[in-house]
Amino acid sequence: MTLLKVEDLKMHFPVYGGVLYRQVATVFAVDGVSFSVEAGKTMGLVGESGCGKSTIGRALLRLYEPTSGRVSFEDKDITHLKGRKLRDLRSDMQMIFQDPFESLNPRHTIGDILQEPYIIHHQGKPAERRQEVLKLLDRVGMPADSIHKYPHEFSGGQRQRIGIARAIALKPKLIICDEPVSALDVSIQSQILNLLIELQQEMGMAYMFIAHDLSVIKHVSDQIAVMYLGRIVEIADSETLYANPQHPYTRALISSIPEPDPRKRKNFTALKGEVPSPMNPPSHCHFVDRCPYSQPLCSEKTPLLTVKGTNENHRVACHFALN
Amino acid sequence: MSEVILEVKDLATEFDTEQGVARALDDISFEVKAGETLGIVGESGCGKSVTALSILRLLPKPAGNIVSGEVIFKGQDLIRLPADDMHNIRGNRIAMIFQEPMTALNPVYRISRQLNETLALHNPEMNKAEINEASINMLKRVGIPAPERRMKEYPHQLSGGMRQRVMIAIALLCKPEILIADEPTTALDVTIQAQILQLLKDLQKETGMAIIFITHDLGVIAELCDRVVVMYGGRIIEQADILTLFDKPRHPYTRGLLNAIPRLDKSSKEVLSTIPGMVPSLFDFLPGCRFQNRCDYVQEQCTQDIPVLESDSDGHQVRCFRFRELLS
Repeated sequence: MTLLKVEDLKMHFPVYGGVLYRQVATVFAVDGVSFSVEAGKTMGLVGESGCGKSTIGRALLRLYEPTSGRVSFEDKDITHLKGRKLRDLRSDMQMIFQDPFESLNPRHTIGDILQEPYIIHHQGKPAERRQEVLKLLDRVGMPADSIHKYPHEFSGGQRQRIGIARAIALKPKLIICDEPVSALDVSIQSQILNLLIELQQEMGMAYMFIAHDLSVIKHVSDQIAVMYLGRIVEIADSETLYANPQHPYTRALISSIPEPDPRKRKNFTALKGEVPSPMNPPSHCHFVDRCPYSQPLCSEKTPLLTVKGTNENHRVACHFALN
Repeated sequence: MSEVILEVKDLATEFDTEQGVARALDDISFEVKAGETLGIVGESGCGKSVTALSILRLLPKPAGNIVSGEVIFKGQDLIRLPADDMHNIRGNRIAMIFQEPMTALNPVYRISRQLNETLALHNPEMNKAEINEASINMLKRVGIPAPERRMKEYPHQLSGGMRQRVMIAIALLCKPEILIADEPTTALDVTIQAQILQLLKDLQKETGMAIIFITHDLGVIAELCDRVVVMYGGRIIEQADILTLFDKPRHPYTRGLLNAIPRLDKSSKEVLSTIPGMVPSLFDFLPGCRFQNRCDYVQEQCTQDIPVLESDSDGHQVRCFRFRELLS
């Protein structure tokens, strides 16, 4: 069942400047993105900094107002919801942030932080809420006495557990995880990934998992979308994407990852240059300047995300994929 | 066998803080041979950056103090060297690059000044034109397009990858014998990281310098290093050549770390093995083995005595009372 459907989402930010402070440019952060998230599954969104992956996450939760496009949740159009309806929707859609140092209010105790979702959504009496909070703490592997402590008393990994507890408090149907492990040490990262996967199996919610680390994304996701400069360039189930990447950027991304195996040393020659500015992306194919296979057609016609092979869930935005 | 150019012996460093004295490094000994890449790997707070800063005597003063040990660079003990002599070595014969190239470059000086300054300081015999030319050539070598134009720009006008290239250019200007790289690619995107790692590999081939590469990423270690030092809680817990370390890790921490990484070739949603608990802070180190509270194999002795770093005939060192039993 499709839980969330995104159609041609665009998120453009105006840039103001000059003496008269007029709009001088536009950042094309997300430039026409379509995908869907199945109930209970994980959709991974991977790409380098500035590709628009976090912007998508925020636009879905309506923390940003999308420039155009349509977002539907359980077949209801939520693109322009306001007020109470928007608030009600958010009990079904929660978010886990990258930085567990900045996403918890330093002046609230953990008990206050975890009760807040219930207070905002008018659920339970104070004593019941406290019981729920204790259950949450236990579920994410935190001691019960944390309830009286403040965020600064915890390490990064523990704070991320608290962030997860807050996100699952209202039993949402979708959690947007925005780089939830990139600030953590390796030994802590695996604890958090395991916890997220366990919780999903137990509670059946869907994740949209945003990260720049393809090995992490591959580990947690059922489906993966690879983004480059505001667009999805390839989307497939995670095994296919890794075993049979078709877009030159996906291939370059995979071959750029240093693998923890000294017998598989690589010659990193895959990709030259840097990501162009999203204020001034190349017209048509955004990858054209860095692509080793670019042809004149790539600067004349925008490649659309289409099925190229026999697998109809594997779509790629390249004129010359498979060649 | 190439010669040993840097030897760190029994190094210990302490920080004087409001919460008391914290021993950040304890009993650190390793060698760097000419032309090789030594990796130092560990999680936050394990002392890997403090090791680098101690070698170059760049510890924050007055809090950081080297309390014992020697750092022998080509027969000279750097710890006891007069400050003037240390200036001639630092940035000249041993250079360093840092994780965050934005804070390491001075934001109010042009790129040209930051490069030229280094050369002028260590090569008083060169004139301005020569210095400028050498700087431009170095920028070209680290792969910066249009170096003449870049020389006139400020750090904020460059991307993260370009800034790191500038840092590398500054470090290599005086043809150092050792380059200390402290997490140089951690702040960069993976495709840019690949470019920088390749650049370091190529430059090392050209110049024959030794590299001490500090990182938390075992993938980067596997890609680049000849030998590896694994640190935990301010001590070296294992040291071996690269193949031995990945094939036959001996310390429970090293094993745990290697198993905890999600890998591309494993199937999705498999449960990752974890190391329970968290990385200890400098102030709550336990007596005995510092890994005891996270170790699956802890026994009474581990909580009382500090295990010594034992070495076998191949130079594989490990600091654990039980590694022999665990091997079988």
